[in-house]
Amino acid sequence: MSDAASGSAGETGFLPVRLQPTEPAAQARFEARSQRLMDLVEGRQPDRMPVVMYATFWLAKYAGISCKELMYNYEGTKDIALRAVQEFDPDIAAPGMMAANVFGPSMELMDFKQLQWPGHGVGEHQPYQYLDREYMFKEEYEQLMADPTGFYLRKYLPRVSGALEGLADMPDLPGMYYFRLISGLRGFNKPSVRQALMNLLKVAEEVDVMTGHIVDFSSKLTNLGYPRDSGSNGVSPYDFIADYLRGARGMMTDLFRKKDQLMALLDRSREWLTRIAIDNAKMAGHPIVMIPIHWAPDAFMSDKVFREVYWPPFRQMLCDMIDAGLIPMPLWEADCSKRLEIIKDVPRGKCIYWFERTPLTLANEVLEGQVALRGNLSPSMMTTGTPDDVDAAVKNLVDNVWNKGGRLLLDCAFGIPDETPVPNVRAMFDAARKYAG
Amino acid sequence: MADKLSDITPDEQNLIDWLADMQEEEAVALAMKMLLEEKKDPIRVLEVCRAAMDIVGQRFAEGEYFLPELVLAGEMLESISAVAKPIIKETQGDQEQSKLGKVLIGTVHGDLHDIGKNIVSFMLDINGYNVRDIGVDVAVQTFIDEINDFQPDVVGLSGFLTLAFDSMKETVEGIAAAGLRDKFKIMIGGGQIDDNVLKYTGADAYGVNAVEAIALCNKWLGVEA
Repeated sequence: MSDAASGSAGETGFLPVRLQPTEPAAQARFEARSQRLMDLVEGRQPDRMPVVMYATFWLAKYAGISCKELMYNYEGTKDIALRAVQEFDPDIAAPGMMAANVFGPSMELMDFKQLQWPGHGVGEHQPYQYLDREYMFKEEYEQLMADPTGFYLRKYLPRVSGALEGLADMPDLPGMYYFRLISGLRGFNKPSVRQALMNLLKVAEEVDVMTGHIVDFSSKLTNLGYPRDSGSNGVSPYDFIADYLRGARGMMTDLFRKKDQLMALLDRSREWLTRIAIDNAKMAGHPIVMIPIHWAPDAFMSDKVFREVYWPPFRQMLCDMIDAGLIPMPLWEADCSKRLEIIKDVPRGKCIYWFERTPLTLANEVLEGQVALRGNLSPSMMTTGTPDDVDAAVKNLVDNVWNKGGRLLLDCAFGIPDETPVPNVRAMFDAARKYAG
Repeated sequence: MADKLSDITPDEQNLIDWLADMQEEEAVALAMKMLLEEKKDPIRVLEVCRAAMDIVGQRFAEGEYFLPELVLAGEMLESISAVAKPIIKETQGDQEQSKLGKVLIGTVHGDLHDIGKNIVSFMLDINGYNVRDIGVDVAVQTFIDEINDFQPDVVGLSGFLTLAFDSMKETVEGIAAAGLRDKFKIMIGGGQIDDNVLKYTGADAYGVNAVEAIALCNKWLGVEA
C-alpha cells in the first residue's frame, strides 16, 4: 500500500508494502489506489469500487501469441502484461500475470511431472493442467512427518522431477558420525546423485533468473502507479495434502482409512505452510497472500467433515498469518454457500474472501462485513456473452453488493478467463466506472 | 436402480448396512467370507452390494453423502467385484446383464480432468446403466468412432476448464456433421457449466453433479427413479 496506507497499516499491524513508486505522479496514483484496497480490507467503503486485473493465459489471446510463447519468454510476457495493465487501467494489478505464466524454462529443466504444459502434454495454444496423482503413498504419512526434509529430498523431488530422480540415491545422513560421516559422503559421488545435483543447480539458476523478472515486473507495475493485489501465494493444509501429496482419490479414502494420520499431518503441515506463507510475504514485501482453495466447495464434503477436518487447521493458519501482519486472501473455488457461516469466524477487517461461484449477494449478506469481497463475474458469461451481458452483470453486482455496503474488489470468478473476447474485458472495466464511480 | 432384493439373510443385511455406512473393513471381510468360504452365489453377492450402492446414491442425492463417500463406495465395490467376477466367469461363463441403457462418456479434447467424469460413470454404472468411459482429452473424431461402435442412448461430455466450452461445441457440431445428432441425447457437465454454456455448445442438457446426470438419463430413457 502507499506510505500513508502502510502508515495506517502499521497501526493496525499489517506488514508494510516494500515497493513504492519513485515518480511523484505515479506515487499519487499509487497511494490513492492503495488506500482503496486498504479501505476495503479494514472495513471502510472506498471512494469507488476498485477493479483488479488478473489474467494468466488470456494474455496470450490478447497478444495473439501461443500459450507456449507466454510461458517461455520472460521479457515478452512482461511487456504484454504491462501493456494490458496500462490499456485497461485497473485500480489494482496482479503480479500473477507474470508470476503464474513464466515457469516454462524452469519446468523444462526440471522435467516437471505435476503439470502438463504447452508443448509438454498439451498443445502450444492450451493452458497448463495439473495432474492429479499420488505423489505420497498412503503408507508414507509417518515417514513424511518424522523426516520432512529427507522425504522431500529423497522421495518427493525425485517423483515430481525427472531431472532430480537421482536424489533418490542420496545417502541417508541422520545417524552418521565422525569417520562414518566422512566415508558416508561418498554416496554423493554416485553418478545418479552427481547428475541430479548438477541438474538442481541449473534449475536453481533458472528460477533465480525467472524470479528476477517477476520482481522487475512488480517494480514496473509499482512505478506505473499500480499496487499489487498480493505479494505471494499460500495453500491450505487440506489442499496441500489432497492436491500435492495424496491426490484426490487418496485423500478422500484417507478420510476413512487413515484419519488419525491425516489429522496429524494436517496439523503438522499447517506449521510448515504458515511459516512459508509468512516468510514469502516478508520477502515479497506485501501483506496480501492469495490462497486458492480447491477442496472446500459445498459439493466436495459434508458440513461435518468441513467443520472437523478442513476448517480448524486452515482457520488457525489464517489467524497466525493475521497475527504476523498478513492479509489472507483465500479464493474459495466453486460454490461455498453452505460454508459461509463457518468461514465467517475470522478476525474482522483482516481478510479478503474471493469467491468463484458463491453468489456475492449471499456472501455479503451472511458475512456481514467481516471480510472484504472479491469476484466474481461468471466465466461462461465472460467467454460466451456480449459486452452488454458483461455490463449488466457488473451493474447487478454494483446494485446488489456494492450499493448495499459490500466492500467489493471487482474481478472475474478467478481472473479473466483465457478465452474472453477483449471487448468483454473492456466492458468490465468501463461498467465498473460507469456504475460505481 | 437395481431390482429390490427379496429374502435377505442377516449376513446380507449386514453387508448392505456396512457398505452403506462406509464400514469398509467389516463389509469387505464379510463379502470375502461369503464368496470364498461359504461359496455363496457371486451374482447374488453383487446384487446385495448394488442394493447397498443404491442407498449410497440415495444418501448422496439427499445431501448426506458427498464425494469421499462415493469414492470409498466405488473402491469397496471394486474390491468385491474383483473377486466375484472371476468366479462368475469360471462357473457360469460370461453373462450379459440387463442394463437400462448405454451411456458413452468422456472429457472433451484439450481437457485432462477426470474426477467428476469418473464419479458420474460410477454412479451411472451402479444405477444400472451400461457405461463406456473413453477417458480424457478425447478428440471429436474419437467420440464419433466410439458412438458408431457403441451405439449409446446418451453421450456425456465432461470438461472442467473454460477451454472445454469450445471443445464441447466442436464435439456437438462434429456429431451433427456426422449425421448422428438425432440418434441420442447429449448431456454436458463440469465445474463451469451453466445455462450460458449449454446454449453455446448446443447440447441437450447439463448437470452439476452425478445425481443430475442420472436424473437426465432416467428422464430421457423413461426410467422411473
